[in-house]
Amino acid sequence: MPVQQSCKLVSKVPVGPGAWQFVLEAGEMVDKTFRAPGQFVHIRCGEPRLLRRPISVCACQSDVPEDLLSVVFEVRGQGTAWLAEREEGDSLDVLGLLGNGFQMEREGRYLLAGGGIGVPPLYGCAQFCGGRAVAVLGFRSAQRAILLEPFGKACEDVRLYTDDGSLGATGFVADGVRAVLDKDKNFTAILACGPKPMLRGVAAAAGEYGVPCQVSMEERMACGVGACLGCAIQMADGTMRHVCKDGPVFDAQEVDWNV
Amino acid sequence: MSEVDLSVTLAGVRLKNPIVPVSGTFGFGREYGQYFDLERLGGMCVKGLTLHPRNGNPPPRVAETPMGMLNSVGLQNPGVEAFLAQEWPRLRELDTVTIANISGNTPAEYGQMCEMLSAAGVPLIEVNVSCPNVKAGGLAYGTRPDLAAEVTREAKAHAGRTPVMVKLSPNVTDIAGIARAVADAGADAISLINTLRGMRIDTETRRPILRMNTGGLSGPAVLPVALRMVWEVHSAVDLPILGMGGVSDALTAVEMLLAGATAVGMGSAIFADPMAPVKTIQGLEDWCAEHGVSAVRELTGGVRPW
Repeated sequence: MPVQQSCKLVSKVPVGPGAWQFVLEAGEMVDKTFRAPGQFVHIRCGEPRLLRRPISVCACQSDVPEDLLSVVFEVRGQGTAWLAEREEGDSLDVLGLLGNGFQMEREGRYLLAGGGIGVPPLYGCAQFCGGRAVAVLGFRSAQRAILLEPFGKACEDVRLYTDDGSLGATGFVADGVRAVLDKDKNFTAILACGPKPMLRGVAAAAGEYGVPCQVSMEERMACGVGACLGCAIQMADGTMRHVCKDGPVFDAQEVDWNV
Repeated sequence: MSEVDLSVTLAGVRLKNPIVPVSGTFGFGREYGQYFDLERLGGMCVKGLTLHPRNGNPPPRVAETPMGMLNSVGLQNPGVEAFLAQEWPRLRELDTVTIANISGNTPAEYGQMCEMLSAAGVPLIEVNVSCPNVKAGGLAYGTRPDLAAEVTREAKAHAGRTPVMVKLSPNVTDIAGIARAVADAGADAISLINTLRGMRIDTETRRPILRMNTGGLSGPAVLPVALRMVWEVHSAVDLPILGMGGVSDALTAVEMLLAGATAVGMGSAIFADPMAPVKTIQGLEDWCAEHGVSAVRELTGGVRPW
């Protein structure tokens, strides 16, 4: 059962240009609604904005006196700009945890593929499987790289790619996924989050190597709970599914990548 | 306990209070039923139904606007048969009024759906006349009095004893004229306003944000238009009105009642706050108590125009 909660912003840290990490005190939200890494919270971003903003959870834990959850977001428009202006001690109106996360086994070994602001939710995945994950992280440039240190600690191996080669190898995340799978296909699944072209590339690579792949999808969203049918994406079988309720994580083979 | 009587009667159907989530914003009640007890609602208009299942429009389907939003969901729904099989058995057990909203490609389809819903015992049917009429070159039924009346007659002819409420489109010059036409055709109630046609554009890509280019505007931004139209329709016809458009709290609900509504719909406001309907019901009760109003129905049409 989802929770609507006034959450106190207890820590606000810049993690890159226009990117922030917020830690929120979330009552019993994590305890009551955590299913798996990759779920999201839906945050009100001040009037005159009617709609909440969906932001994936980076990490969360049940805690006393209040559960803690962290989100990392990038300022993309007026809503996230408003959010970035909040100060420690302010309260936020949050719905969560919403959606289904990545289907994971504690004992599994995962290849995490993250691009840009799609990297943070994979941190929860890295934590979940206890250090056995390999991460391929891509950014536009070194300046845009985020969460490198936490991923370094939480993963067996981290490989970095940038569009301009200013950090790690020059290239895209899908290139990195292929490079890993060339030598080692022993993964329970690939878990991917990032821009759609990246996800399409990773899904294709997963298909080539025969490794299961789950992708976290994005679409413009209104209600966040599955009532308004706004955040539809087309599936390979021609049906529509909804990022907020059916996702945001889908089996890569079920998604129609051609639309 | 409060002594305010919140109950109202819409098309002969008693609602325990006037607050009704509107069609397309509330699914079939399953999702928001996790946030509050659906039996607190006066009623609920479920997702718009068509004779056959519909996939809806390609995404993006929603775009934000100042104090509002656009949508072009495109009537994605499982079809009236699946509704009756999968949703209605659960909904009919609830102590709240389920209102089935229908859209047809032809008047005959409206009739067919009314027959099915009436036979199943659905207490109230809302007829959406904002759909395009293929024979009339895609013009929406709701934009011409004769077409709106034709659909109303067809619905009434097949709805048996089930009351029919016609949901009007605001995208017309003379809303009162349409209201008179559907009233003359036998409608038992009128609901308005459906969404206003609108558009937003991404300045970087120069593409409309919605994949369908345009969509329906809702949210607090449309409240003044909705109030004006409800007032005009209330002045023109002697039918109960489910007033909707931009209502987000008790005060805007009171405005809607004063403009002429018997019951009040809420939609986009629920996206901002899932508890908005419940807060509005409580707020309405408090407002009435503070203002010496013993029955909320006394407010209907109570505006004192200059």
